[in-house]
Amino acid sequence: MKPTNTKDPEYYHKVVDCQYACPAHTPVPEYIRLIAAERFTEAYMVNWESNVFPGVLGRTCDRPCEPACRRVRVEEEPVAICRLKRVAADNKGDVKQHMPQGPFPSNGKRIALIGGGPASLTVARDLAPLGYEIHLFDEQIAGGGMMRSQIPSFRLPEEVLNEEVNFILDLGIHTQFMTYVKSLKEVLEGGYDAVFVGTGAPKGRDLPKLPGRKEGDKNIHIGIEWLAGVAFEHTKSIAQKVIVLGGGNTAMDCCRTSRRLGGKEVKVVVRSPFDEMKASPWEKEDALHEDINIIDNHVPLSFEVKDGKLIGMKFQKVKPVYDENGKRQLLPTEEDDVFIEADEVLIAIGQENSFPWIERNIGLEFDQWGMPVVDEVTFQSTNAKVFFGGDAAFGPKNVITAVAQGHQAAVSIHLFCEGLNVYERPSPYTNLISQKMGIHEWSYDSSVAIDQRYIVPQAKKSQTLKDRKKEVELGFDIATAYKETQRCLNCDVQTVFTEDRCIECDACMDVCPTSCITFTVNAEESELRQNLLVPAENLTQDLLVSKELKTGRVMVKDEDVCLHCGLCAERCPTSAWDMQKFLYSTTKANQMITPLPLIQK
Amino acid sequence: MSYLKPLFRHPKLPKNKLGYTQKEYEGSLSTLCAGCGHDSISAAIVQACFEMSVEPHKVAKISGIGCSSKTPTYFLGNSHGFNSVHGRMPSVATGASMANKDMVYFGVSGDGDSASIGMGQFVHVIRRNLNMVYIVMNNGCYGLTKGQDSATADQGSRSKAGSVNPFQAIDLASLAIELGATFVAQSFSGDKQQLVPLIKAAMHHKGFAFLNVISPCVTFNNNPGSTKSYDYVREHIEATSTLDFVPEMPEIKTNYEKGKSTRVAMHDGTLIQLNKLATDWNPEDRVSVANALQHARTKNEILTGLLYVNTEWKDLHGTLSTCSTPLNKLKETDLCPGTEVLKEINAGYR
Repeated sequence: MKPTNTKDPEYYHKVVDCQYACPAHTPVPEYIRLIAAERFTEAYMVNWESNVFPGVLGRTCDRPCEPACRRVRVEEEPVAICRLKRVAADNKGDVKQHMPQGPFPSNGKRIALIGGGPASLTVARDLAPLGYEIHLFDEQIAGGGMMRSQIPSFRLPEEVLNEEVNFILDLGIHTQFMTYVKSLKEVLEGGYDAVFVGTGAPKGRDLPKLPGRKEGDKNIHIGIEWLAGVAFEHTKSIAQKVIVLGGGNTAMDCCRTSRRLGGKEVKVVVRSPFDEMKASPWEKEDALHEDINIIDNHVPLSFEVKDGKLIGMKFQKVKPVYDENGKRQLLPTEEDDVFIEADEVLIAIGQENSFPWIERNIGLEFDQWGMPVVDEVTFQSTNAKVFFGGDAAFGPKNVITAVAQGHQAAVSIHLFCEGLNVYERPSPYTNLISQKMGIHEWSYDSSVAIDQRYIVPQAKKSQTLKDRKKEVELGFDIATAYKETQRCLNCDVQTVFTEDRCIECDACMDVCPTSCITFTVNAEESELRQNLLVPAENLTQDLLVSKELKTGRVMVKDEDVCLHCGLCAERCPTSAWDMQKFLYSTTKANQMITPLPLIQK
Repeated sequence: MSYLKPLFRHPKLPKNKLGYTQKEYEGSLSTLCAGCGHDSISAAIVQACFEMSVEPHKVAKISGIGCSSKTPTYFLGNSHGFNSVHGRMPSVATGASMANKDMVYFGVSGDGDSASIGMGQFVHVIRRNLNMVYIVMNNGCYGLTKGQDSATADQGSRSKAGSVNPFQAIDLASLAIELGATFVAQSFSGDKQQLVPLIKAAMHHKGFAFLNVISPCVTFNNNPGSTKSYDYVREHIEATSTLDFVPEMPEIKTNYEKGKSTRVAMHDGTLIQLNKLATDWNPEDRVSVANALQHARTKNEILTGLLYVNTEWKDLHGTLSTCSTPLNKLKETDLCPGTEVLKEINAGYR
């Protein structure tokens, strides 16, 4: 194998599994260390710089970082990254003083943002400090998009959302709420230098062909519309017997909200097996905890209406069958169809994009599925002035993806407005710095805690079910949060190897607790992976290969289960190994100073 | 500084016949200097014992005083250990072996502990052919007292401070062969590929197995001009043979080109497969070994690998005709069989 090019910022970035898995690439270990040091304000700002909504995401994120956490490769549970983020948000001090301070000198350019959700707000935050005049249009009464209309208050209190939305709006954004944009053409004629479309996936899927749909319409609701109705207080109650169709997070929000609005017998009925439901495992757990019955492997057949009133639904029982490629089919069992009683039904079987307001003759192409043709890197549409991001770009995903796409769209918009090539994007900000403080002292906590994941306490069910706005999760207290932070392996503190200094004493190889380091004869990657002390069978993890050493061997380190404990560097007599902190911040239109200045306590 | 090794291990760590991973053979985190050759030897012992599926409780580690003698803390943490008086490890090992002949005895010593203060004990334990593995971690200096030349420092070797050693070195391997040691090998801490099979073979040898392992003192004797530095040893190393220890199956794997191959059968039926690299050398002929060592010395070479093996000589228990049951397992009824038996014995002398 060729020596690893560690100058490529993506090499060390990939070692920080959580950060690499995060769509916005938030430097997770960096803020976890700050939380451990009770420097919550700085921890918040590290988050804010990257993911814009730490308080929201610390409660509602889909957490792609957690399954990626290195910890799951040496024990069972990942670090509770998401809930630690919340600790930073809950305990932060005055963060506003560390944010860009307006008014900003104008650069004479005007941008329209359509939709007021996480993607648009991210674009606004990145572009406002550069002097853009930003106009944000949204049909709702306030900003936040689906974070406001679809995420119930018992998971995300309104104050938390308002605070973080206002941090952005206070940068001098011109907002036009309660304004439904009917025509993109009109907007374009408004003389904007660029338009960003962040309208999400606003249309909930229906079951229009199912018998009884029309007759029972009065008691059948589309999940996301119903949730929005609850959020904006148009809907204040629900009948006692409720069926929620669907197995995603929206279904979980629907059933749990129903329990709070009067639903006594709330059942979630889903086609797929329980384990394959789209909802996050913790969402399912919380629903079960609130006495919600989840009935899996049931396919809806009809709405049953009697005397003009919905009385329930009929379902066919199915079982999953997998072919040799693992593809699933749901085949009917021979059992009788099942009738389930219900007074009201909520349909939460997915949502889709809808662009009736975009004219098809303005040079903006749509594909065969009715989705705009958007570049995956630049988020530019075929109309050079129009950019997309969030669910509007590539279909429904999640908040953190919307934020990540917002950052990239903002970069493109800025390049476009400057008359530059949108494909020539600036490099990410990176910094690699030694953590050595003495002969064997590191500036980070290098010891590896064996504690198991701590559980976030919840408020009593008797209280939370009474009040729709009462937050269920209480968040970690500071002492528990500290213990949880110590589970973090500091994967961003990289093991940096300098060949010229190595005397091949094997000390690092001998001491490594997880047998990551091997000195051996070089070979092709597939062979080399087998020749290590423990064969490197996890192909998703790279090998760090040195140049040839004096004895003709090479040093090979399998990044897979490295604990970043620093023992290799401690036992190295010549400092050929060093522990160096790698900070990576994705390219942003307005790159804040990183690392953030030390804030005095 | 870390004092504890993290408890997590590679989830796919191989297991041996006993179902143990290497973790069960490790000791505490070393407090020796970073890069010390001794740590590599400790790791080689761990690897050898793991691969041979030795039951940790059937091993005793005995040492004297010095950096080398600290190492038993850093390997085989589940085995017995005795950190004894300076240079007196052989006495303690002899006593232990007399009491319980069923254990594997690792004597760990250094050049000071064996070639200076413990020389008297060293020669006598060889003379008695005690069944043990005697490892000298030889760095040619007194690392624990800041690196003065030891008795194994080569004449002309330059110390870190710049002084040149005026005295002749004691060659422990030659001395052991001269005294009739029945298994003599030399190796280098930086060459585990050679060291691990040597340790395995030494553990299987019934009798005194001597391993002189050059182990650079990275703090005090790894400077240019030293003859025990990593660089010097790597440049001057000359192996007698490549060696494979064959526990059961006579299957041979080697990474070197094959030369003339010899097999030596051990008492317990295991084999040592030697692929000879040196000419005019026969591992079962003391004279040829002594000659090979002398030749190497004149050429400033360090001859490594298995030097000499003799499987015919009786070990101490054999010479003394001790009973087959270890002495510590003999009950009072065995030792004091009663007046009737005593009468019979006495009658035998009349």
